[in-house]
Amino acid sequence: MGRTLYEKIWDEHVIAGVGETPLLYVDLHLVHEVTSPQAFDGLRLNSRRVRRPDRTIATADHNVPTEPLSVPVADPVSARQLEALDENCDEFGVTLFPRGHENQGIVHVIGPELGLSQPGSVIVCGDSHTSTHGALGALAFGIGTSEVEHVLATQTLVQQKAKTMAVTVNGALRPGVSAKDLVLAIVARLGTGGGAGHVFEYRGEAIRALSMEGRMTVCNMSIEAGARAGLIAVDETTIEYLRGRPGVAAGSAFEAQAERWRAYVSDDDAIFDAEIVLDAADVVANVTWGTNPAQVVALSGTVPSPEEARADQREAFERALAYMDLTPGTPVREIPVDVVFIGSCTNSRIEDLRAAAKVAAGRSVAPSVRALVVPGSHHVKAQAEAEGLDEIFLAAGFEWREPGCSMCLGMNPDQLRPGQRSASTSNRNFEGRQGRGGRTHLVSPAVAAATAIAGHFAEPGDLS
Amino acid sequence: MKAVHVVEGRAVPLERADVDTDQIIPSEWLKRVERTGFGRGLFSEWRDDPAFVLNQAEYAGASILVAGPRFGTGSSREHAVWALMDYGFEAVIAPSFGDIFRNNSSKQGLVIVQMPPEDVANLTRLVKEDPSRHVVVDVENLVVEVPEANWQRPFALEAATRERLLNGWDDIGLTLRRDEEITSYERGHGNPSWAGLLTS
Repeated sequence: MGRTLYEKIWDEHVIAGVGETPLLYVDLHLVHEVTSPQAFDGLRLNSRRVRRPDRTIATADHNVPTEPLSVPVADPVSARQLEALDENCDEFGVTLFPRGHENQGIVHVIGPELGLSQPGSVIVCGDSHTSTHGALGALAFGIGTSEVEHVLATQTLVQQKAKTMAVTVNGALRPGVSAKDLVLAIVARLGTGGGAGHVFEYRGEAIRALSMEGRMTVCNMSIEAGARAGLIAVDETTIEYLRGRPGVAAGSAFEAQAERWRAYVSDDDAIFDAEIVLDAADVVANVTWGTNPAQVVALSGTVPSPEEARADQREAFERALAYMDLTPGTPVREIPVDVVFIGSCTNSRIEDLRAAAKVAAGRSVAPSVRALVVPGSHHVKAQAEAEGLDEIFLAAGFEWREPGCSMCLGMNPDQLRPGQRSASTSNRNFEGRQGRGGRTHLVSPAVAAATAIAGHFAEPGDLS
Repeated sequence: MKAVHVVEGRAVPLERADVDTDQIIPSEWLKRVERTGFGRGLFSEWRDDPAFVLNQAEYAGASILVAGPRFGTGSSREHAVWALMDYGFEAVIAPSFGDIFRNNSSKQGLVIVQMPPEDVANLTRLVKEDPSRHVVVDVENLVVEVPEANWQRPFALEAATRERLLNGWDDIGLTLRRDEEITSYERGHGNPSWAGLLTS
């Protein structure tokens, strides 16, 4: 019987003696400042070393201000955490891209763009959105700080095999409908727990047609449906994306490598433990209305009523409506927003910025709206500036900022104030996620830009 | 970590679904480099509300949290586990959990008890009727009991997790004993292609 892509990667990385707990070997361990200090402390306490500093790459992303490097980190607790990362990487010999470094950026943006995230590899990071790297045909998942320490010390994880779920998207997305709209539709269909215990493999025509960056957006939000990882099989889109990246071989060595990578697909006769099937033509521009990413409504629709919820979800539904200060039946297009955030590991790559800039060009942000654009990395920022996107954004009244996680989770000064409502290209609309009392609606980059111009939820086609 | 055989004490009914790790411990608390002191941040967005269940005197000192479905979804922050344990919780009972949260809990010795929704509903009713009732989570025998109410239900736990809890094992110490196996695997596995290409 054939094997799924997940099973192939698992088989190549499992270390299991007879009767022993399986260990999974980790090819790449990405580290950031928030979930690592206690792990490094643990190593120190037990006089342990980092087993493979050459397989460990660190960057500062969650806490960093998105102001120029000349502006110091104002919050002393954040500053201390960033210093701790500097000291730990120095002490343990780990490569670090700190604030201001040309390779610095959101950990899930820099892994792929530097060519570190490669097909067939096992990638972990103390961050649940590590699922992003699955777009390259890698098994990539988030871990907690105890496991960060375990990987630092042993380069392995104690791991039980997951179940597999095929998420098949047939047909073609309609023009103007993005990867973000698609993944919101998938999360809405499965619910926040639907993928628990499973690794997804996204398949089908609509997935094959996505660009590499679109695939990253989809895999990124696998965790929002409860799956720890989401995979996409290697094809020529994957190979062409990797060609010429700093971390991959060049010339004939690349061709040989690419030939090996092409094997990272599920066999035709592989059997998945579960499957869901969607028709891409049914997907429309989506907006979340509630306080979890499965609470999704069409931008052309209205705020739903608790009567539409299953009985066991009605209480959560009502709480979400109250927190979001929304009235059932209100057309989504009539909801005004205070802040627009374009950024995060979900949507801060060059194609995302191009999509937003195309909408912003020659227009102006509504006077009542604060709009921020935060590129995912210094490389993305430089590319955008080379294309003149920064000038388009600035002319339209958007702020153009330095790279980092920023308002996705508000660990730096970019936060919503209580009661403020945002249209955000990030991945979580949990209560208080972007700042205490803040109200988050998740959208695509094009919808975010159109909403900034209109002052209320809008699609590019709504603008004059 | 400390070995856990039985958790016994008062239980607090949270009665909310989809409590993600951002609700358990908001991100402003994640800036700290310490492992202790997170109890003050537990559910901090809700703690100002005098009606919030953790603020009810009759549940003071509880060691068991009875939660709703999909508890601990979202972010991988282990700080959520540290916050619950620092506050005094030793076990969480719910119909379902986020995978990473469940895993993080097992590394810290926080007992995760997954039970069918109707069992959780019954347990919630029992501890609301009389908050002083003791609940017993028996990791050895995999049962939850409310002795005073003569109520008992089994629960399932992965065998490896149960062993780890009962023995208080340190995973890293155990894995390091398999150093030869790992080294031998590495010999056949090659080195990363980016080695030497990227420097800080």
